[in-house]
Amino acid sequence: MSLLSSEALAQIDREIAKYPPEHKQSAVMSALRIAQVEKGWISPEVIEFVAQYLEMPPIAVYEVATFYNMYDLKPVGRHKITLCTNLPCQLQGAGEIAEHLKKRLGVDFGETTADGRFTLKEGECMGACGDGPLCLHNNHEMHVKLTPEQVDRLLDEMK
Amino acid sequence: MPSLTIDGKRIEVAQGATVMDAARELGIFIPHFCYHKKLSIAANCRMCLVEVEKAPKPLPACATPVTEGMVVHTHSERAIKAQKGVMELLLINHPLDCPICDQGGECQLQDLAVGYGGSRSRYTEPKRVVRDKDLGPLIATEMTRCIHCSRCVRFGQEIAGLMELGMPGRGEHTEVMPYLERQVTSELSGNVIDLCPVGALTSKPFRYAARTWELARRPSVSPHDALGANLEVHVKDKRVYRVLPRENEAINECWLADRDRFAYQALNADSRLTRPMVRDEAGLWHEVDWPKALNQVTGALKVLIDAHGPGAVGFLASPHQTVEELHLLQKFARALGCENIDTRLDLTNPIATAGTPWLGMAIAEVEALDRILLVGATIRKEQPLLAQRLRKAVKSGAELHVVHAADDDLLCRVAQRLIAKPSGLVAALAQLAVALREAGQDLGPLALEGVIATEAARAMAQSLLTGSRKAVLLGAYAQQHPAAAELATLAQAIARATGASLGFLPAAANSVGAGVVGCRPGAGGLDAAGMFGQPRKVYVLLGCEPELEAADPVVARAALEAAELVVALTPFQDRASAYAHVMLPIAPFTETSGSFVNMEGRLQSFEAVVPPLGETRPAWKVLRVLGNLMGLAGFQHDTSREVLAEALPQGEADVRARLDNAVAPVAIRMLKPQEGLERLAETPIYQLDLLTRRAPALQATFDGEAAAACWAHGALIERLGLTVDKPVKVRQGDSETILKLMRDDRLLPEVVRVAAVHPLTSRLGPRFGGLSLEKM
Repeated sequence: MSLLSSEALAQIDREIAKYPPEHKQSAVMSALRIAQVEKGWISPEVIEFVAQYLEMPPIAVYEVATFYNMYDLKPVGRHKITLCTNLPCQLQGAGEIAEHLKKRLGVDFGETTADGRFTLKEGECMGACGDGPLCLHNNHEMHVKLTPEQVDRLLDEMK
Repeated sequence: MPSLTIDGKRIEVAQGATVMDAARELGIFIPHFCYHKKLSIAANCRMCLVEVEKAPKPLPACATPVTEGMVVHTHSERAIKAQKGVMELLLINHPLDCPICDQGGECQLQDLAVGYGGSRSRYTEPKRVVRDKDLGPLIATEMTRCIHCSRCVRFGQEIAGLMELGMPGRGEHTEVMPYLERQVTSELSGNVIDLCPVGALTSKPFRYAARTWELARRPSVSPHDALGANLEVHVKDKRVYRVLPRENEAINECWLADRDRFAYQALNADSRLTRPMVRDEAGLWHEVDWPKALNQVTGALKVLIDAHGPGAVGFLASPHQTVEELHLLQKFARALGCENIDTRLDLTNPIATAGTPWLGMAIAEVEALDRILLVGATIRKEQPLLAQRLRKAVKSGAELHVVHAADDDLLCRVAQRLIAKPSGLVAALAQLAVALREAGQDLGPLALEGVIATEAARAMAQSLLTGSRKAVLLGAYAQQHPAAAELATLAQAIARATGASLGFLPAAANSVGAGVVGCRPGAGGLDAAGMFGQPRKVYVLLGCEPELEAADPVVARAALEAAELVVALTPFQDRASAYAHVMLPIAPFTETSGSFVNMEGRLQSFEAVVPPLGETRPAWKVLRVLGNLMGLAGFQHDTSREVLAEALPQGEADVRARLDNAVAPVAIRMLKPQEGLERLAETPIYQLDLLTRRAPALQATFDGEAAAACWAHGALIERLGLTVDKPVKVRQGDSETILKLMRDDRLLPEVVRVAAVHPLTSRLGPRFGGLSLEKM
């Protein structure tokens, strides 16, 4: 039995098809992303599966997975909030938002709440500096121009 | 061809050459860490920044292609400033532990820091600390010292073909590490020690043993596989401390296999025999002086030859002994009237060739081949560096085909493979012959009834019929096969039909040398298998251990134990003491001058690098004295050179004249594989010779330990209800042994890999045959 569902494999195959057959490895970032969406995080099993699927050494997949901070190499909560703390966001109040998030959730950056609901992460520039401070929810949804009130509302919505 | 000026010197270089290439050609040194001539360009250390006129910023010499009219300054104020800046950055996180670092004195960072580093650091913050990694018994690590040049990572990817180290993480969190804390398993892993420009990766067996400036460097030649890798042996106080590669593009390039690099440990082993020893009637060993030991040998020899004739003696030598020693051994035997002389202990039915079998081409030519057929070769373990050349050939487009009893990972693309159980190997190769015949090729009078070519065989035939530079190579396993002559007959027919050259991969450092000096049975003489099959009264063993190495070690041991006299000329006492009557301590390759002939027919002579240990003497001297004591003529040599001049008066020309791979064809009979489980027994990489066998670090590696286990396909393990990682009873004929069971799904389900030449398996019997596995 395969580690990933047939839907996930079909998605990966679609990514592989975008590159010449001898450059299967080019699909490694997509494959890791698809696997993470399905499994919640990138476990050693996922790394070895992707390595085998793309005919790469596991260490080469691991290099990619550790280079990009949107890959989670440890289990995360249901809601992963990544707050940008680079300079433009800081100038627009990201520090205050960070303090607020930490206080509300009772965790520091890189930690998960005891109930497994939230993980708070510190992120790098997400390319929307004009709308800071901002955060990313589960890698896919961006929330901009954050205020403490807005953060409270968002957190309440995330069950 | 663009031309450029570097530091005022003009030079024309090939299109695409870099500034670094041009500088090297001019003999101008540009400081660097990540650049290595054999590896891809990474340009990540930035140490080689140079000033290029009209370029706004300093450029890395290793990654800057030369353009017409470029003017480069490597030592201008701007260049030096850039280089000093890089050095300051590199030193920020590098520990100041040179006094306790093994690399001290041969460290590129240390050397360049003298030229480019500041006298004090402006950095007051804490330095980065990196958790250490365990890479296994060969490589010691101190990863805090790593400067992330990525040479070790690129070596694994590009040369060893096995990417075991990587650089996960980003920025200052980057660390060189293996995946999931695994240990490295590559048989070429030790090269990363030489590649590491700092003390992050150093030699574990050599750790804290000596400083580089205390060591004298002496050239030598590897006595292990038939490549004849060139060595630089480092010695101090009459002792070998370590072995490094001596660069030779034609043979080992700048690499060494781990076997060549670490087997030296055995030279300093406690089991070294340092004085002649004789066994008394009660079976107790006594140290004696040389005259007494030699007189005892010659006295007993005379009595036994008088009583039973010279044919009662068997002369067996290791093909790892020198040309000079092997020449004198066969001369000694023949002078006594004995033709029972051989070095091919591992062969059951030696292949009859017109001359001494060899590679059939130069080693360096292998990487230029475009069609290769490997028959019965576990090549990564037999000749690790030749496997590396094959990988290079495949990378540049060669099609590699494999006919073997195991589908081992060759770490490169294999175009077609025919994998069969040992008894089916002839049939598998016959398929290819049939496919070629179907394609209209003339295969001569080969009778191959009933053989049907599979799809893979046809594809293989089609591939071999294209291309221009082709070779069919018979590995050690094919030569050890009971049907070796049939395999060779087929291989020759295939080579002729496809226009390929036929080559043999000799098993040992001096296999070719043994052949050319006639260390082979003469008319009426017995080969190694014959000498044990028809036991002799007397055995003279030169540097060999038949109880492990013989094609059937059980028969060999019984013959040795029943003999009236066994004289063992050996550097070690631990094994020979079980069956010998006299042990004469002879010098290993580091303690005698001598020569080896490698697989390409190259004669390489070397000098002793240290004096003989204790009362040890070079074997050629021992044989000369034995000749004199027996009253034989022509044993008056004063130097090993005189012996060589007698054996090969024209030197390499004589070697070449005696090489000939033409196989005497035989009828093909073994066309049907046998039923049932079969043993796949090879000479393990770290059991090849007396030295390798006794190197503790090599024994502790993955390959070293793998040889002590038995390996089977998962399906077979499941069918027999066995458990991986647990001991299992292995039965072959009447003998049995207990080995750890390991899983390898690249094996056929009817095959169990149980190594030959191993103390744990030597009681099992012949290398080829059926066996069974039983639950404990």
